[in-house]
Amino acid sequence: MPVWNNYGMKRRHFMQHVATAASTIPALNFLSHVTANAGTVRANQKACILMWMGGGPPSIDIFDLKPDSKNGGEFKPIDTAARDVQISEHMPETAKVFNDLSLVRSMSTREADHSRGRYYMHTSFVPNPTVTHPTFGSVVSHEFSGQRKSLEIPAFVSISGASGDAGFLGMAHAPFVVDSSGRIRNEPSEDNKRRLPGRLSMLEEVESGFIRSGRGDLPKDHLSVYRNAVNLMTSRQMAAFNSAAAAPSLGLEEESSQTRELYGQNSFGRGLLMARRLVEVGVPFVEVNMGGWDLHQNVFQTLRDQRLPQLDRGISGLVQDLKQRSMLDDVVLVWMGEFGRTPRINQNVGRDHWAASWTTMIGGGGLKNGQAIGATDPDGIRIADGSKSYLPGDIWATVAFALGIPRTTVHTSKRGRPMKLVNGGMPIKQLTG
Amino acid sequence: MLRQLLTVSLIFTGGPCLIPASPASGAESELSTTEFIDQQITQAWVDNNVRPSTSADEEEWVRRVYLDIAGRIPSLQETTAWLDDDTSRRRTILIDSLLETTDYVRNFTTIWTNECIGRGISRRVSRSGMEKFFRDVFAKNRPWNDVVRDLITAEGHFEENGAVNYILAQTQMNDDAVQLTARTTRLFLGQQVQCTQCHNHPFNDWKQSQFWQFNSFFRQVRRIDRRRQDPSSGRPVDDYSEIVLGPFNGPVYFETRNGLMHVAFPELQGRKVDPDDSDRRAKLGRMLVEPVDGETPQIARAFVNRMWAHFFGYGFTRPVDDMGPHNPASHPDLLNRLSADFVAAGYDVKELIRWIARSQAYSLTSRMEEYNEIDNPSAGEMPLFSHAYVKSMQAEQLYDSLIVATNAHQSGNDPWDTQEQQRQRWMQQFIVAFDNDENDETTTFNGTIPQALMLMNSELTDKAVSVEAGSFLHQVLSQSGSDRKKLQQLYLAALSRRPTRNEISRLQRQFQSYGRDGRVAAFQDLFWALLNSNEFILVH
Repeated sequence: MPVWNNYGMKRRHFMQHVATAASTIPALNFLSHVTANAGTVRANQKACILMWMGGGPPSIDIFDLKPDSKNGGEFKPIDTAARDVQISEHMPETAKVFNDLSLVRSMSTREADHSRGRYYMHTSFVPNPTVTHPTFGSVVSHEFSGQRKSLEIPAFVSISGASGDAGFLGMAHAPFVVDSSGRIRNEPSEDNKRRLPGRLSMLEEVESGFIRSGRGDLPKDHLSVYRNAVNLMTSRQMAAFNSAAAAPSLGLEEESSQTRELYGQNSFGRGLLMARRLVEVGVPFVEVNMGGWDLHQNVFQTLRDQRLPQLDRGISGLVQDLKQRSMLDDVVLVWMGEFGRTPRINQNVGRDHWAASWTTMIGGGGLKNGQAIGATDPDGIRIADGSKSYLPGDIWATVAFALGIPRTTVHTSKRGRPMKLVNGGMPIKQLTG
Repeated sequence: MLRQLLTVSLIFTGGPCLIPASPASGAESELSTTEFIDQQITQAWVDNNVRPSTSADEEEWVRRVYLDIAGRIPSLQETTAWLDDDTSRRRTILIDSLLETTDYVRNFTTIWTNECIGRGISRRVSRSGMEKFFRDVFAKNRPWNDVVRDLITAEGHFEENGAVNYILAQTQMNDDAVQLTARTTRLFLGQQVQCTQCHNHPFNDWKQSQFWQFNSFFRQVRRIDRRRQDPSSGRPVDDYSEIVLGPFNGPVYFETRNGLMHVAFPELQGRKVDPDDSDRRAKLGRMLVEPVDGETPQIARAFVNRMWAHFFGYGFTRPVDDMGPHNPASHPDLLNRLSADFVAAGYDVKELIRWIARSQAYSLTSRMEEYNEIDNPSAGEMPLFSHAYVKSMQAEQLYDSLIVATNAHQSGNDPWDTQEQQRQRWMQQFIVAFDNDENDETTTFNGTIPQALMLMNSELTDKAVSVEAGSFLHQVLSQSGSDRKKLQQLYLAALSRRPTRNEISRLQRQFQSYGRDGRVAAFQDLFWALLNSNEFILVH
């Protein structure tokens, strides 16, 4: 039986070609997966899908309604499948799957500026000019990429957005950003693929001197990024990005119109569907961006007519699909943005930035779901008396628990400073059981 | 002071010492600006117990100075001519002559256009209008205080007065000029106040009331988005946009955290403006350049800090646009002196560049040695500038450098606008917008996979390594001379240096494996590798 490699050539032919380019070994350093055992992907791998609500979602209108307050706005709460948990009337499909989801209604995070909030919620650390903390997806990439030998595409994919940097963990763990169409720009032509081995061994010759020349980390980062890029562009796992592509050997089929419909035919829905496919081939962290939440004006109409129908469809579709594929216990879901929005409704019928008391959602991952943890006061302006408040580090510590990343993990900054995982956040007990 | 300087010179081991052997009297005030830079930087080395790296060799330095001033690598011809040149003071001469090129104008036009209106495509903003404004600024070397005033007070049609595009881009949302306020302080005053919109900042010295006082200068901004009827479809379509003086007087109202409403009147650093003044922005434009209590205007300090960071990769504060008592500068006396001299020189941008680029610190190699490895700002250390810091090329620098490396003999034929549009179209593949009220964006041209894929596989690269008639490789390969000489030319074109002997012998082994029929392919693959190398994409 012919052995096909990712160039679409027979293995033997490919190796000959590499050999003609003389320094076979350096070239293979780039093409690590060609020699690695590209066996079938293990089923049921742990993963996290982050639904990032860029701009800061008004959680008071979605997950923590205050119908009896002047801050309550136009929406009514409805019951969900989870006992004692109510959410917005404009989230009816999500309400039906709420046994698999939970709310943390007592987030209190201080940072109410977009870029600071984005940084803080992604890294668990407040911005500090002398160190760049890794976004949590980079942490997961760092912890998992060594274990997932058969994974040829980046371990951290960010769909339609930018989620921060790998910081001191190094560029190899930076998010790979794609848009929700899944189109990867600048894929190699057949001719470029054919020439790649020769080119890479030339590249190895050309850049090794500069790496050793005392120029710090950037020249080395370049090598690791190229390695990832070459692995990606020569991999059959690329099919995971394209929901119209079938890859039987990876267990991926072309997605049916019913499946697409389940997630919603919009950018967010397409992104979530792609996220599921990526998780199926072993990607441990996928971030899916949904923007348009910075609702300083006209909040209710925008939510009712635009944002919530898409959000409701997307979340409920993802939960149902993962469940039906028996993946939900292994895939932990997180929903959050930079911050929540002011309980008080402003003069433009909008809500401004508010970090003091807001809600995030978490789900799947084998956690004890169907709960609402913590509470805000009747007007939504502070955490209710007796309710514990939570920080992003606590959310990510819960995710780390679900993924099996030990809480004692410590990373080292470039300056040699030890950095506790998620800034020492603690898993939320009610969820971890 | 003299004694200190002498001590410092003695510590040097082989490194260049550009400090004058005997400054006239030893008094700091009598040092020229560049001498003062050298003296202050050297002092910090002594204080921190590091020694500087050696001077960059000519190949390393010429590439860096072209990238920093002209925004591109030197062409093969320019590099060769430089390496053959042995005039004394030739570094100074090159700095001066680069400042007179259209590439300098284009480079700084790109940088400031991106700062003012972003890289993405915004409806109702004219990129060409903004570029036209900055082209004029840098070509005529207009004083920076005039530039800031023009941008802040701009009125009119977005192509007739390109300066209005700054305000148009920062008022995309109907947000009472909040974004314009935050952006203006950040860009031109080097201060971050976006948090103080909602509350007093815990570290920053700006108060919430000050945010709204500054904001009230901009409340007379009125944008008009004109429409016209499309003759073929009969439908209304976008025509031009303009900024006019709108009617607004009296106070601005804002709400503090505890829910109380307050008022703010136009006021800057204790200087008030009559709220019934008909043109608050004109007043602001004048106030920004007036010294208060003998202090150098903040617009000068902010610009100096940015320009320093442009050349060195790090400014005196980190980040470069967060200056103030809460975030002390790494070299405060140097920042003060440079800013004061910049004002005294009439906000002369080119003169500021000359001072910085002629400094000893800028002439050093980017190679770290054991004795200054600790000077590593990328690990969070305070920059000491004891060696040049490696920077990543900006996307536009890469694009222009690729054109120069591969197409030198053909470039420059297209008119400026056409070139600009081609580059802008290419740029769009890397833009990621954040979709929030700050109009933020980022790019995937950040050293990650999309950038690598573009360099490996894009049409631009395919063209660069083509051997069709008229291409750069065709030109090199059809010349007479040894393969070794051709190899050298490829290195000079891409990396502005000759290959080492060791590199040549290793590459010759590579070439042999291609066989006689593969000679052209080997050159192509080598050139591909050079353009994809770390050394090409980094400014060092």
